[in-house]
Amino acid sequence: MDQENKKITRNITKTDIQQFLLRGRAFIALILVFIVFSAMSPQFLSTGNLVIMSKHVAINALLAIGMTFVILTGGIDLSVGSIVGMTAMIAGGLINEGIILPQLGVIVYPHTWMIIIISLMVGTLMGAISGVVITRFNVAPFIATLGMLYVARGIAGLRNNGYTFPNLIGRPEFGNTGFPILGAGNFLGINYSIWLMIALTIIAYIITTRLPFGRHVYAVGGNERAAELSGVRISRTKILVYSISGFCSALVGLIIASQLVAAHPATGESFELNAIAAVVLGGTSLAGGRGSMGGTLIGAFVIGVLGDGLVMMGVSSFWQKVIKGAVIVLAVIIDQVQARMQERIALQRQQIIK
Amino acid sequence: MSEKNAIQELQPSSEEHINFNDIILRAEKITKIFPGTVALENVTFNVYKGKVNVLIGENGAGKSTLMKILAGVEQPTDGRVLLDEHEILLHSPLDAAKLGIGIIYQELNLCSNLSVVDNIFLAREVVQKGWIDKKDQVKKAVEMIQRLEQKIDPNALVSELRIGQQQIIEIAKALIQDVRILIMDEPTSALSAAEVEILFRVIRELKAQGVSIIYISHKLEELLQIGDVITVLRDGRKVAEEDASKVSVSWLIEKMVGRNPAALFTRKERKLGKVLLKVENLTAPRLGGGFVLDHVSFELREGEILGFYGLMGAGRSDLVDCLAGMYLQSSGKVWLDGVPVISKTISERIDHGFVLVPEDRQRYGLVQSLSVMDNMLLASLKKYIKRVFLNRKIEKTATEQQVKDLSIRVAGIHQPITALSGGNQQKVVVAKGLLTKPKVLLLDEPTRGIDVGAKSEIFELMNRLASQNYGVIFVSSELKEILAMSDRIIVMSKGAITGEFSHKEATEEKLVTASAFGHSPSNGGNNHGSGK
Repeated sequence: MDQENKKITRNITKTDIQQFLLRGRAFIALILVFIVFSAMSPQFLSTGNLVIMSKHVAINALLAIGMTFVILTGGIDLSVGSIVGMTAMIAGGLINEGIILPQLGVIVYPHTWMIIIISLMVGTLMGAISGVVITRFNVAPFIATLGMLYVARGIAGLRNNGYTFPNLIGRPEFGNTGFPILGAGNFLGINYSIWLMIALTIIAYIITTRLPFGRHVYAVGGNERAAELSGVRISRTKILVYSISGFCSALVGLIIASQLVAAHPATGESFELNAIAAVVLGGTSLAGGRGSMGGTLIGAFVIGVLGDGLVMMGVSSFWQKVIKGAVIVLAVIIDQVQARMQERIALQRQQIIK
Repeated sequence: MSEKNAIQELQPSSEEHINFNDIILRAEKITKIFPGTVALENVTFNVYKGKVNVLIGENGAGKSTLMKILAGVEQPTDGRVLLDEHEILLHSPLDAAKLGIGIIYQELNLCSNLSVVDNIFLAREVVQKGWIDKKDQVKKAVEMIQRLEQKIDPNALVSELRIGQQQIIEIAKALIQDVRILIMDEPTSALSAAEVEILFRVIRELKAQGVSIIYISHKLEELLQIGDVITVLRDGRKVAEEDASKVSVSWLIEKMVGRNPAALFTRKERKLGKVLLKVENLTAPRLGGGFVLDHVSFELREGEILGFYGLMGAGRSDLVDCLAGMYLQSSGKVWLDGVPVISKTISERIDHGFVLVPEDRQRYGLVQSLSVMDNMLLASLKKYIKRVFLNRKIEKTATEQQVKDLSIRVAGIHQPITALSGGNQQKVVVAKGLLTKPKVLLLDEPTRGIDVGAKSEIFELMNRLASQNYGVIFVSSELKEILAMSDRIIVMSKGAITGEFSHKEATEEKLVTASAFGHSPSNGGNNHGSGK
């Protein structure tokens, strides 16, 4: 009898460890990736390399934060990459060409801050439009945002007939200089984009955990009908999450245009896939209702570090894709295994209690 | 053995006396646990060869779960299934089908986008050299439909058929396979009297061919008419197995209920206050003609428990849904506390003081991925905000207060909601409603699928809330419960009010009669069909 008891306790601790490993898998994967690459390439852990990698990660992480909101409600946003390109083109155009008012025969050059605000507003608006199409006209999120993907990319091309806006430095006489600072500027030796990633992650974390809106996001994704019957305004919640995603996309568009000091209409192509991958790697369920911002940040790091590390090691870009794809699918498989195990454990506990 | 012989001796005149050695299928000591509930506990169920084996029990007694295990849809947590005394493992419906076990489910399981033929032969298509032999399929389908005395075009889409006809197709689908054991889970629920007769004839034919039938139904007279052996389940346990010829309807009820429910739920006499809710001519149109709610008018007083009784689809749930703000197309007037309620959306109705505890806890009441606390607070989040943020402390206090008040049994308020038993989950849903500080509680089947202890706790809670001057609307299909608990009972049929009785006046008979108003037995099936 005593022996049996001991056996049970040992079993439980074993499953507990398994559970711990499975839950922290994204973090463990990140550590593993770091260990492997630093062992194989001495420069990997150098400060310079870490900063460059973080800058790459920041782009994807910012998109993934917006995407996490959307996926938590059970939706998906395919339009983020296109909105990145579109806002880059809008910002570039505003700097280089200003706003032409033909009736008055004048060209207005807005201040750099105005340009940033306008671009962010446009991105948010594009997201909101997707949200309205989804809620108001009951279009599946996949389709609505697929449509937005094409529309926004089209607008990005139309803005300058497919040409790049080069040299986005502005002119002192128009008071629109300083745009490149966003991409190149540092605070405490760390690039602004990294600070933005940190700030947005914290804000998003607070929103999801401490605001009623955050709770609504989880509830809508977990059981939309039950949330609605509890008085949650489903449409408003959904429109807001797509707006947030649009906002994040616009921010990324600005950062990239600023870093390159140029706006190209193809900016951000297929970024949406990296963002979705980061969210999923971070443990957020595509069915909605489960996931966290912290997980997404780690997911973005895994994807980014994996990509950069493979480049440093000289792995061909084709192999990079194969490895990345395998990692993403593996992550979801582990996710399913964990979910099933958790359910089994819950049932076992219940049987014991009973 | 001697006891069994003794039973046989008692039945010397019975033509179809039961041979206890003639068991074809035996579910032995089956236990099935679902998150939150124990659906079956150590149940042994015998299926006798060439007999109609009836399985009965109240809602939530575990009948459907047991059938799903026999059909391979669910796997038992514990126990085994024996076919011809050999243990069999049923991992999927396909395994069961291979062994000759067919099932007709309670819910229709047809693909409405496919034709009648395609549905009948789904997953067992007649194949010639890799191609579907359409001609042969149609021929066989027509034969089967004729055997069931129906006039249904085999090429019609299932979505074009009325519900009764769809039920017939479901039966045809099961019969087209050569089954040794056929499980029928409430096959007559959507059939007209004439169609039931046809079904019974087919059942007798099958019996004569040596097919064993497992038959589940709530219609007790029907069971006694067609059944040979009766097994009764109650709260997930087997309570009786008996030869059908030896039992009566009252015996069945006694075994099923196992207690006098009225004694469990005692209603307290209360003084009713002023009129709290006034509803006038509430009407909601039904898609494709007719009414979901047909000019419904009533009043509810403070401290009153008003019961709504009716058959499935009578409009009771639609009424409470409508009051909760779910029907945007409804018309009619509603006053709460003398103030007209014009708001339409659910959140506005909650602000007014309406709160709904929905019928289907899992689908409409809870967010399964959230914790107990998050579920409980979901409808009243505004109340826990300090400055901009939700305040953990206030949230926790509010939750713990409700856990105490409603004596919800949880290990911790951060536990996942799915870890709770059905009754405790239901209490969380009620707590969620109470936290919105409502005036009118709309309880839609609050006792469905929860155990007896939790039921009486829910009733105690209803009593308490009523004495605190809440107005309580109580929708239930359980006659005994509604009779015991309500100060007044309104009966609905086809969207309209067909009877109103005070606690003293109300009897089971009166309620049943009023609930059948407008349903004549001869065209019952047609009514169901046109209703959809």
